[in-house]
Amino acid sequence: MERRRFINFFFGGSFLATLAAFLYPVIRYVLPPKQAEAVQKKVAAAKMGDLAPNTAKIFKFGSVPAILVNTQEGQLLAFSAVCTHLTCTVNYEAATGTLFCPCHNGRFDMAGNVISGPPPRPIETYIVEVVGEDIFVSKKA
Amino acid sequence: MKKIGQNLFTYVDERFKLQGLFDFAKHKKVPEHEDSFWYYFGGIALFLSGIQVATGIMLLLYYTPSIEAAHESIQFIMSQVKFGWLIRSVHSWTANILIGILFVHMFSTFFLKAYRKPRELTWITGFFLLILFMAFGFSGYLLPWNELSYFATRVGTDIAGSLPFIGKWLKGFILGGTSVSQATLSRFFWFHVALLPLAAFTVIVIHVLLVQILGMSVPLRLKDKKVKEISFFPDFIYKDALGWTLILVLVGVVCVFLPWEVGKKADPFAATPLGIKPEWYFTFMFTTLKLIPSHVLFIEGEQLAILAFMAGGIFWMLAPFLDRKAARERPSPVFTWIGIIVLLYIVVMTVVTYTVPKL
Ligand code: HEM
Ligand code: FES
Repeated sequence: MERRRFINFFFGGSFLATLAAFLYPVIRYVLPPKQAEAVQKKVAAAKMGDLAPNTAKIFKFGSVPAILVNTQEGQLLAFSAVCTHLTCTVNYEAATGTLFCPCHNGRFDMAGNVISGPPPRPIETYIVEVVGEDIFVSKKA
Repeated sequence: MKKIGQNLFTYVDERFKLQGLFDFAKHKKVPEHEDSFWYYFGGIALFLSGIQVATGIMLLLYYTPSIEAAHESIQFIMSQVKFGWLIRSVHSWTANILIGILFVHMFSTFFLKAYRKPRELTWITGFFLLILFMAFGFSGYLLPWNELSYFATRVGTDIAGSLPFIGKWLKGFILGGTSVSQATLSRFFWFHVALLPLAAFTVIVIHVLLVQILGMSVPLRLKDKKVKEISFFPDFIYKDALGWTLILVLVGVVCVFLPWEVGKKADPFAATPLGIKPEWYFTFMFTTLKLIPSHVLFIEGEQLAILAFMAGGIFWMLAPFLDRKAARERPSPVFTWIGIIVLLYIVVMTVVTYTVPKL
């Protein structure tokens, strides 16, 4: 190899390596560190009598919102309240007895299935247990 | 008095060598013709960017970037700080007007084919400025930590998250975690007052430098005609200043009669309010997402729409290189039509967002 080319190559290479050595920590610094998410399996969502038939309540399930519905027939059902489309929080619409997402008009039935709108997947359903006066909600295994 | 001024000028000139700059300004000419009107929008954007820097720096004095205190600090600015309502309203209104002006500026340079050789890089830097200013809008929107901005951020960042390959990584970078939280507010604050200003300043300098070096382009149809010219200084600058004054009056009037709202404090565990929508300049994409079916053939509708917008954006950015005819100084009606279709799509979707409530 010619002397001049070797020197260019050597200095160019060292420069790039130095640059990479500076950039790597910067990139890693800017990306947030992974934090263990609190995995919650079961929460007390409400007390019996909190919810009249055909109403619903949003409660905290770990770090995300979930929704407990007392249906028109008086059945207790729980769902994730995070829309499967782009993560807005769904409402219970009493007039139609469905879950409605106002962000892009997504609609789910009481089995969690998409009735209309853009959500690509059914919304997650949870298990409801009544122990004495307390209503517990847990994730399906 | 005149003597003092003269001496001062000589003192500065001897040290900064300003004469060259003055000579440049003295000899610079700007073409004057039927479409010269559109030449003023870039200058207006520059002026409004200046207003944003000035009012933004003032807001920093009282704003607190924490989820417990942000909303309260905005309320404090609006109700306790003297003229706080004015400073904040000017910042919020100007942000919106500035983006409107950027759209006008972009489409006018598109239809005049001002992007053609040798101004390709002027166009591309301009395109980046639009993206940067939309990012300013998006990040600034969350800072008051109110209901609407909280959910707009959830939706907006989830869109980034659904991109193929880089989506998850990008979403984590923007959010500073897995959901919209304190980390997100800190990051958005950082984007809004540190990273984006630095980036925008750099790109504006390149953009404006290119405009100065290359001079104003003359529309294709006037190519072989003799075009009247006016001096940049003082004639063009005077007209520029008139435009700035008019827009400043407009901003003032809007702020006095429609001070910017504070909204309700965000509650991550409340249902999304009905009728939610993002800032107007995102609504054409937002409404597309509403209208597209959940699945198109084998792909999720939302992903298809996002990929289509990205492809469209890249095409738009590369227009100077794709429009071979304009590059050879020939009329290119195909690109004019593409521009009309893009403009119509944006206008129709935006109007539909605000006029069809049940959509
Ligand atoms: C804050 C953002 C921006 C500022 C401050 C700005 C500023 C300017 C100024 C002062 C001019 C000269 C006067 C004029 O032609 O109006 C100009 C020209 C130009 N701008 Fe921008 N601009 C911005 C954004 C954009 C965007 C978003 C685009 C398009 C993607 C763009 C494309 C162009 C082009 C192609 C020219 C050359 C026009 C010609 O030579 O006839 N600019 N800009
Ligand atoms: S986020 Fe629920 S429909 Fe789009």
